[in-house]
Amino acid sequence: MSGPSTYVPKSAAARWLETRLPILGLVHSSFIAFPNPRNLNYFWTFGGILAFMLVAQIATGVTLAMHYTPESTLAFSSVEHIMRDVNYGWLLRYVHANGASMFFIAVYIHIFRGIYYGSYKAPREVLWLLGIVIYLLMMATGFMGYVLPWGQMSGWGATVITSLFSAIPFVGNAVTQWLWGGFAVDNATLNRFFSLHYLLPFMIAGVVVLHIWALHVPGSNNPAGIEPKSSKDTLPFHPYFTVKDGFSLVCFLVFYAWFVFFIPNYLNHADNYIEFNPLVTPAHIVPEWYYLPFYAILRSIPDKLGGVIAMFSAIVLLAFLPWLDTSRIKSANYRPLYRIAFWFFVLDAILLGFIGSQPPEGGYVIAGQLLTAYYFIHLLVIVPLLGLFETPRPLPASIADAVLGHGHGSAAAMSARATSAPNTRG
Amino acid sequence: MAEIILDDPNRRDFLYIATGAVGAVLVGGAVWPLINQMEPDASTLAQATTEVDIGGIAEGQIVTIKWQGKPVFVRHRTAKEIADARAAPMSALKDPATDESRAQKPEWLIVVGICTHLGCVPLGHQGPFEGWFCPCHGSVYDTAGRIRQGPAPKNLVLPPYKYVSDTKVQIG
Ligand code: HEM
Ligand code: FES
Repeated sequence: MSGPSTYVPKSAAARWLETRLPILGLVHSSFIAFPNPRNLNYFWTFGGILAFMLVAQIATGVTLAMHYTPESTLAFSSVEHIMRDVNYGWLLRYVHANGASMFFIAVYIHIFRGIYYGSYKAPREVLWLLGIVIYLLMMATGFMGYVLPWGQMSGWGATVITSLFSAIPFVGNAVTQWLWGGFAVDNATLNRFFSLHYLLPFMIAGVVVLHIWALHVPGSNNPAGIEPKSSKDTLPFHPYFTVKDGFSLVCFLVFYAWFVFFIPNYLNHADNYIEFNPLVTPAHIVPEWYYLPFYAILRSIPDKLGGVIAMFSAIVLLAFLPWLDTSRIKSANYRPLYRIAFWFFVLDAILLGFIGSQPPEGGYVIAGQLLTAYYFIHLLVIVPLLGLFETPRPLPASIADAVLGHGHGSAAAMSARATSAPNTRG
Repeated sequence: MAEIILDDPNRRDFLYIATGAVGAVLVGGAVWPLINQMEPDASTLAQATTEVDIGGIAEGQIVTIKWQGKPVFVRHRTAKEIADARAAPMSALKDPATDESRAQKPEWLIVVGICTHLGCVPLGHQGPFEGWFCPCHGSVYDTAGRIRQGPAPKNLVLPPYKYVSDTKVQIG
């Protein structure tokens, strides 16, 4: 997406278009000739999977919206109508509902990939921040989508999450009423959530364009965490990475299809097949699995405002990682202590998710508090200090060196010679 | 190139500031309706009062009615429930309020049935004080609807209400 294109139009029509709108050259330099580090592993295929998931959610969402009714007395039955009467309605709905979960599985792998390999470090800070913005928009979209079927979990999830804003001092209740458009979650709330649920994915698409633009300036990070120095270190996007991304996507789709066709309601809640009743809260309300770690943090603090602040800062702190991490070594492969800390952090997040799914009683409360404390200690103490005290392992001289090993004298020599040459990244 | 000397402030400065000022007013004027349309509308505000017949509510029973889309609990308290509520020392309360200040007639407690934590509907006759227990995050209320344990910061809210007759209450 940046730099001059090496694209040469092959047909008269392509030349005609290219002189008027150079879009073919843009595609060529971004997704065909674009040089990627040659050592990318399968963790780098999740960006492509995420792009696919966004398109899949928009395609199934727009078609569902042709049959769905965003009105509080009709919404629940219109979803049942989609399931029973509409041709392939069951398929569209299950693909869409499970698609949201797959989208989040992919984004969590993608985010932890970035945390392990230090992809947020200079010069990729803006890229990272745009990623956090996408993640926040995804959370808002998924939340509002889950409200649309208007079941018990929809209504009570919406009540609890919107009530988070009532913790804001002084104006909290006014803000909550404004969000609801009434004195409780009701028709006005459902209507506006549908409108925003339709809108936000297109905003995500816009931020994705910026995200890829910001990616294509420095290019992809890689498992060695060192920047490409010569053309020896890179391979063109097509066919090497189109095929790798495609293979990974197909495997992911098999996993996704298993959910859609065999366990379509595994990630849903039975209570959401009961229509929303504003007078009765289900005995055990839990949000969608992808919010559970943050929900656990919210519940760990025995104070309303404190809990809300802790929850939001747990998310926002991730945006500050580029500045919290004081180490200049990107890849955890060369940071023996950080590598251990990373896996503890992953474990902490998973355990928090488990705690979030359990009732807030007894040992779960204490465990939740310890795990919450560790979450913040990792980000605010361990990450900044490790960069100062840890002795990293020696980095390879170049990416080609890291993959081909020192035995390949010629490659090492080549890349050593090439360090002074300007590289040709698009 | 010849230098152009202009009076200061000149006509262009004036146009610049005037355009900016009008633009700011227009932006404000356009944004406000877009934000304000999300407030509760006239039809929602119109559902402001509800009348309840409390004649049929037995002692010890809690009836839930809907007011402004929200549940309201009408609780016919037993003598023991009233005595328990009155015996609570002020120092044990997170949001101190006397029982007398929470019920116009001691045997009738009328509160908005929304947990002041994050808005769930608490379950009656449950929890250590046998007032209410909120299943969502474990807030405990006593028989005067006061918060006693858990994350909720405030007592259950008292709606405005008045007795129209001995057996009729108007809420709102
Ligand atoms: C970022 C992309 C999106 C995500 C993560 C997402 C997520 C969700 C979720 C979690 C549900 C609830 C599913 C259920 O339990 O039934 C849902 C429902 C729905 N979504 Fe989306 N959605 C996305 C994009 C869209 C788009 C672009 C539209 C277009 C209008 C749309 C329209 C709908 C409709 C009509 C429903 C209600 C029907 C149903 O419940 O299945 N969604 N969405
Ligand atoms: S909503 Fe009642 S305890 Fe959280």
